[in-house]
Amino acid sequence: MANKRIDQPTGTETVGHEWDGIEELNTPLPRWWLWTFYATIAWALVYVVLYPAWPLIDKATDGTLGWSSRGQLAKEMSAADAAREGVVRQIAATDIEQLAASPELMGQAIAGGAAAFKVNCVQCHGAGAAGSPGYPNLNDDDWIWGGTLSEIEYTITHGIRWEGDDATRANYMPAFQGMFDAGQVNALAGHVLSLSGKAKPNAAGANLFAENCAACHGPAGGGMPEMGAPALNDAIWLFGGTEAEVKKQILNPRHGVMPAWNERLDPVTIKMLAAYVHSRGGGQEAAPAATETPAPTDVAQAAKAENDG
Amino acid sequence: MADQKDIERTGTEAGKPRDWAGALGSGATPSAAGAGHGFMGSSLYEKGKTVHNKRIDGPFRRFKWLVMVVTLAIYYITPWIRWDRGPYAPDQAVLVDLAHRRFYMFDIEIWPHEFYFVAGMLIMAGIGLFLVTSAVGRAWCGYACPQTVWTDLFQHVDRLIDGDRNARMRLDKAPWTASKIARRTAKWAIYLTIAFWTGGAWIMYFADAPTLTVNFWAGQAAPVAYATVAILTGTTFWLGGFMREQVCIYMCPWPRIQTAMLDEKSLIVTYKDWRGEQRGSLKKAAKDPEAYGDCIDCLQCVAVCPTGVDIREGQQIGCITCGLCIDACDKVMKEVGRPRGLIDYATLEQCEAEAAGAPATPAWKALLRPRVFVYFGVWGAIGAALLFALGTRTHTDLTVSPDRNPPFMLLKDGSVRNAYTLRLRNMEARPRDMEVALTGLPAGAVMWTEAVSLENAAPTQVIKVPANETKVVRAYVMLPPGERGDSFAFRLTSLDEQGEQDVAETTFAMPGSK
Repeated sequence: MANKRIDQPTGTETVGHEWDGIEELNTPLPRWWLWTFYATIAWALVYVVLYPAWPLIDKATDGTLGWSSRGQLAKEMSAADAAREGVVRQIAATDIEQLAASPELMGQAIAGGAAAFKVNCVQCHGAGAAGSPGYPNLNDDDWIWGGTLSEIEYTITHGIRWEGDDATRANYMPAFQGMFDAGQVNALAGHVLSLSGKAKPNAAGANLFAENCAACHGPAGGGMPEMGAPALNDAIWLFGGTEAEVKKQILNPRHGVMPAWNERLDPVTIKMLAAYVHSRGGGQEAAPAATETPAPTDVAQAAKAENDG
Repeated sequence: MADQKDIERTGTEAGKPRDWAGALGSGATPSAAGAGHGFMGSSLYEKGKTVHNKRIDGPFRRFKWLVMVVTLAIYYITPWIRWDRGPYAPDQAVLVDLAHRRFYMFDIEIWPHEFYFVAGMLIMAGIGLFLVTSAVGRAWCGYACPQTVWTDLFQHVDRLIDGDRNARMRLDKAPWTASKIARRTAKWAIYLTIAFWTGGAWIMYFADAPTLTVNFWAGQAAPVAYATVAILTGTTFWLGGFMREQVCIYMCPWPRIQTAMLDEKSLIVTYKDWRGEQRGSLKKAAKDPEAYGDCIDCLQCVAVCPTGVDIREGQQIGCITCGLCIDACDKVMKEVGRPRGLIDYATLEQCEAEAAGAPATPAWKALLRPRVFVYFGVWGAIGAALLFALGTRTHTDLTVSPDRNPPFMLLKDGSVRNAYTLRLRNMEARPRDMEVALTGLPAGAVMWTEAVSLENAAPTQVIKVPANETKVVRAYVMLPPGERGDSFAFRLTSLDEQGEQDVAETTFAMPGSK
């Protein structure tokens, strides 16, 4: 077998094998290369002992270091929590209407709220908080229950028409099905639409409105946030602004429900959510506070969080 | 088993001109294969061998000294050069500021979005290697490559501690006496010092050098700084102190790529066998001058070689074309009264012509070949393009991305609001006021940001942008009821003597618009 010979063109010894006339030259590797190879084997052995390696039926061997990717994630999460702790404590200690006084804190709250919003709120209000029929748009300047920071915070905390919370915001518009005939409903719907200039005013409708609706929606249809009566004289319609939709809502009103989030979220998260919702462009200033124009805010983080969505 | 002696004899006879094992710089012949890891009686692995190159002086050696001093000086000193950029930017001339994503090089500051400058420089470096290879062969390997420079430095340390070639070879074989241990300790300590300085200098490019130095010794630098120094110290110590030519021969891809780039017109170090052969000592040649060539077989070319090859075997991967064998041979030729240049820089084509009797061509003529001009043209064009881009770039920029969800917002009074994320870039090392104006929207269109609020909405807003930063601003644009908008633009103007402008086109979404 060992049919070694010297290859003429190269002057190198062959290893002695021959396969169909093909031979292999013996060009020795440097010895250090071999040691490198042994080193990788040694490395692998050490690794197998230290880290999870051999697959078993339902898991892998643990490794003496006890490392796991899940454990590392938990560690990193708790490290992130620890890093946030200072800010969280600060937000917890600050009254929500005072948040805006500290642009940095407000920026942090908005960023945190944006993250929480994606987990808890987008299912109904949409990823861009633009809502859909029956689910209010949170970007605009129309607020059924009020649009200051503290009002938003209250709404999130106690929910709307949420049975499990005694402090929940609740109101119920009566169903006028059977109380009005078709002509009356037409007249009333026409009047409601005329409040925002979408139809011609009519006297019959105005009378019906004054008798049945003005108590909650206001004589001019301006709404009443204290009791959650929506404004009817603007361009925004929760359940649609066509005549048919308005009539439907008069005869058989639908009532949206929002959970009381204090059952699920901690107060700081709720505060941050309120800050985020308030920051979406339609937030109102608290009336008596009359805070001066907020100082320039670094909105980088908030904007970034939004763009992620 | 074939007769070992038989093989040995055949091997020496047949292995003359292209001994591959020799070409790899090992010098091991099949017969030299030792015991251990035997495979059919021979060894698949050869023992490591230290190259003890002899001291030599000459023009190429002096050029090597010069390159070494210049390159090491650039490497060690550059991070310490200060460069005043005002209060808002670091004052280190060359700084790769990874944390803030800025790359400073004297008067040039590169931002991440301008990474094409760095990419362009890397491409130029790549094509530069091609250019150098086609013009002057493996000059990079021979003079400028860090592996070559540090190997050279470490070989000088060997010489300083242990003496020249013969003394070092003797010491290698000597038993481990106290004096040998002392010498080895001293040598490795110097290796380690150099290696540490090398690793230490590297991290200075990534942070303010004086601060980092203080923090480093105070134990307060970032862990990555210590890790980097440790890794680079280790690799320098190991690759420069021990692996040396093995890196060039077995690890580095560049010599392998170069083998595909070199041809008969490439400048290489050649032994002019038509002049040197038949080799023979002076004594032999004196007896029979006709039978012998100029090579007196003194082996000086082998002794001085930093990679331990015999250049007389021809072009080979172990030859980094550093020219030290030329210095050695020229010195010998002068002593024996023969013309210089038995070993010399030349192309294979020139050698062939010379062998055929043509007069010697000056080596620089190898430069004048189309390939060199093509590479130089490409290299220069990229360089010119980069310089042009650098000279004409503005230091302001505006990008706009409209909110897509929701695309527009109907407000109570029927007006329509769109939201945009503006990114205002200020590349000057000072804060600047920038005016953002709406152009192309109907009258009555107003803009505000969270910093100015709705009450102060206006068609233009002035935004303060901090020095050296990109400010991200969420801006709202509102059209009064009844007006319609479509394509429009934000116009950015820097409110300073530069008056730099940028325009970002975008659209205004409306109910019913696409």
